[in-house]
Amino acid sequence: MTVHNLYIFDRNGSCLHYGEWNRKKEAGISKDEEFKLMYGMLFSIRSFCSKMSPLDMKDGFLSFQTSKYKLHYYETPTGIKIIMNTDLGVPNARDILHQIYSTLYVEYIVKNPLCVLGEQLSSDLFSTRLDLYIRALPFFSPRAA
Amino acid sequence: MAIFSVYVVNKAGGLIYQFDNYVPRAEAEKTFSYPLDLVLKIHDEKVVVSFGQRDGIRGIKFIVLADPRQSGIDALLRKIYEIYSDFALKNPFYSLEMPIRCELFDQNLKGALEIAEKAGNFGPGS
Repeated sequence: MTVHNLYIFDRNGSCLHYGEWNRKKEAGISKDEEFKLMYGMLFSIRSFCSKMSPLDMKDGFLSFQTSKYKLHYYETPTGIKIIMNTDLGVPNARDILHQIYSTLYVEYIVKNPLCVLGEQLSSDLFSTRLDLYIRALPFFSPRAA
Repeated sequence: MAIFSVYVVNKAGGLIYQFDNYVPRAEAEKTFSYPLDLVLKIHDEKVVVSFGQRDGIRGIKFIVLADPRQSGIDALLRKIYEIYSDFALKNPFYSLEMPIRCELFDQNLKGALEIAEKAGNFGPGS
């Protein structure tokens, strides 16, 4: 069980942070293009889910999975979107993503007077803490299962 | 009704079959709040028919909208694909990529949905 990578986007679609732990295959496009692709895809899929929903939606889009990986999604009311790709063994990462937001992002970025919101996050403390947090997750192992 | 809808999309992206199953449930359960969102699965199929009367068919997508508690959706998708190949592809009056208007396909599809709902729903409120 492992975490492959993690993206953090703001409400305008700019990627604030990208972390990679266990990626076997690259996308074949530049990182900027990959971020745009990811954000665009999520925007479209959320819109699709809300239109196709036969009942009233509570949380909206939560995750999708393929035969190889699972993508977990969490959005805050302020428009901060956290996306985590893991392997298939992880059932529900929503709480973890919420934890990442409240204990890492809010603590180290929002409360940091030197961090300009809306640009790539440059806080080393945030990066290291996030790395430690991910590595400490119960389902993280350096090699994919 | 734990399975809400079934859609079949052809290679070009056009909808060739649609079956909705949620009207009675929505009326009865309007105020019931679901704890989870829906499960959406898309299944891409490639078929090559060996006696060569039809070309290799690729790019047909089967979409099932179901309750998250419904299990056995993978098996259901396979079953829908079997029904598609049995009652649509083998039907001499059906042309590929066209809307599916085969009665046996409808009947068997509804039967398969009923079996899947009875067999696979774990959780309160079927």
